[in-house]
Amino acid sequence: MNRDLKIALVGNPNSGKSTLFNILTGLKQKTGNFPGVTVDKKTGSTKLPGPSGTTVTAYLIDLPGTYSLQPKSIDEEVTCELLTNKSNPDSPDLIVVVADATNLKRSLYLVTQLIELERPVVLALNMIDQAPRLNSKFKIQTLEERLGIPVIPISARKDTGIVELKKILARPIAPSSKKFISADASPSAASIERYNAISAMVENIVHKEDNNERHALTHALDKILTHRIWGFACFLIVLLLIFQGIFYFASFPMKWIEELFIDFSKWGRLYLPSGELTELLINGVLAGLSGVLVFIPQIALLFGFIGILEDSGYMARVSFIMDRIMHKFGLNGRSVIPLISGIACAVPAIMGARTISNWKERLITIMVTPLMSCSARLPVYTLLISLIFPVGQRMHFFNINGIVLLLMYLIGFFAAIASAFVLKYLIKSKEKSYFIMELPVYRSPRWKTLSYTIFEKVKVFLFDAGKIIVAISVILWVLSSHGPSSKFSATQNASEKLKNSYAGNLGRAIEPAIAPLGFDWKIGIALITSFAAREVFVGTMATIYSVGDTKNTRSIREKMLEEKDPVTGNAVYSKATGLSLMIFFAFAMQCMSTLAVVKRETKSWKWPIFQFLYMGVMAYGASFLVYHLFR
Amino acid sequence: MSMSDMKTGDRAIIVEFTDEELSLKLMEMGCTPGEIVTLKHVAPLGDPIAVSVSGYLLSLRKKEASTIIINLLP
Repeated sequence: MNRDLKIALVGNPNSGKSTLFNILTGLKQKTGNFPGVTVDKKTGSTKLPGPSGTTVTAYLIDLPGTYSLQPKSIDEEVTCELLTNKSNPDSPDLIVVVADATNLKRSLYLVTQLIELERPVVLALNMIDQAPRLNSKFKIQTLEERLGIPVIPISARKDTGIVELKKILARPIAPSSKKFISADASPSAASIERYNAISAMVENIVHKEDNNERHALTHALDKILTHRIWGFACFLIVLLLIFQGIFYFASFPMKWIEELFIDFSKWGRLYLPSGELTELLINGVLAGLSGVLVFIPQIALLFGFIGILEDSGYMARVSFIMDRIMHKFGLNGRSVIPLISGIACAVPAIMGARTISNWKERLITIMVTPLMSCSARLPVYTLLISLIFPVGQRMHFFNINGIVLLLMYLIGFFAAIASAFVLKYLIKSKEKSYFIMELPVYRSPRWKTLSYTIFEKVKVFLFDAGKIIVAISVILWVLSSHGPSSKFSATQNASEKLKNSYAGNLGRAIEPAIAPLGFDWKIGIALITSFAAREVFVGTMATIYSVGDTKNTRSIREKMLEEKDPVTGNAVYSKATGLSLMIFFAFAMQCMSTLAVVKRETKSWKWPIFQFLYMGVMAYGASFLVYHLFR
Repeated sequence: MSMSDMKTGDRAIIVEFTDEELSLKLMEMGCTPGEIVTLKHVAPLGDPIAVSVSGYLLSLRKKEASTIIINLLP
């Protein structure tokens, strides 16, 4: 065989298809997209032992998990189209269907449909180690005869049977001629007919009591984890541990990355000739890169934890206990995890919304997740709260600063839920909302698969979102370091320079628009620069307020406290302005990384633009209200 | 009666479906007429439910369960 082989991996969700894919391809895999749809296309290559010592290179494509060839979701449509349309460029020469041996009857539904396509099919009977009674030569041979295709018992987790599978794949395989339904049956009659055929087929192969032992532990765990009190309590504890974990473990590498970039810019200043190019490199490109890389520890950890929850089977239970509440607001039980991940960072959270199969529910989840108070808002809140509530103020036992901070998080959560409720009526979809889902047996996570997943997600973020972030950072740098007038070139003072830069002019230009919210042009500049990322606000404020303070003896907080309105002489950071600004940050879409990811996930600029506008309108309206209420 | 009327621990046999489109989805998930189901868990807020069917645990909303006509087994 000279020709390279194209193999498609097909199977039910939770059948271990992806584990097998990882074993076969190792790191020789990449994630792309099917043209026109938001479905991941994982491809990779592997070497198979061909006849007489030769090797055959096989290209594998890992298709989205499906229960049948009657498509119910976009994912399943992709799988069906690719398998049935022979003119598709990815049309495989061979189909490997992965079936869960502990769930054989249900798996055979898809297997028999694939066989009827009259293409070469091999059945990889996965998790055979957990169905020892099925693992007999006689039973496997009987199954092969009844299906008319090769059946290889494997365990992707234990790495057994893989060599045998590879040997079979390298051989030419004839399609089976077996049919399991009559040609003219209606869809529902065909389903019943197919199941009757399957029931007859698994006679003497599968026994009812086979699964009891395995299910005993899952049942006992579920009694607690879906209990009306303990279920929610356990969920809260898991969340708490995850967030503590993310903030704690990510803080070290984040600090190293930041320090590394500070060192880079120091070296740059020392060894590169001073000039425009060096400035662009340091304040544009390096600043942008550090803004991308600094997210990676959090992204990796968040996906690590989410991966563990998914893989162990617990995530399905979280969706199960939360679906009732979420469904009322146009979301799905599966929206819980993205929403909660949004407290760390909306970027990985939005990527995590892929587990929601219904497009409308997934879109609403993506649209509202950035309203959850992410970690980038924290430094802004901290600074503003300390400005408007002098330290030490207490309400009974509680520190008032802590209460205000908690309120900001709650506002974010309720804004997300309320927006979802509105979007539920605005976004039209023909796709029905289902919650028909398997609750898989609890298993220990597969660490190797987990590390591949983390690696993949980080890579996607780095290259897809990273490009846009760096580009916008460069644009922002150009705008804030160049000015139109002679005033800009005349001054050496950093604050004056900023005031007369393009960004400064922009800030002053938008001042009339933001004055009703209680903001002056300096805040205007900070709002523009903090579009890059919210935490930039603090840095911009530091630059603006460094005027006339060459010794740098006072903190930004002190400088901002002393800032007086040039006309009225009142403090600029009154309670009204401070609260208004916080509310603005709570609602406004000031994060280009998130917008870049939304563009990537929705495959269109329409949704990030819509999100930017609706959140902007909300932020403006709410800030206006707050400013006038407290003034 | 329908599957949504079952109580935790009840066993029943699936008879038929009232929603053609949904029945296809349910059948490919192993809920076929003649199959025995056991109601294992009800979510804390009363919906969705989890049933054991064809050797695994399936969760579905009550609205979806109400399209499955069943006969309770003693």
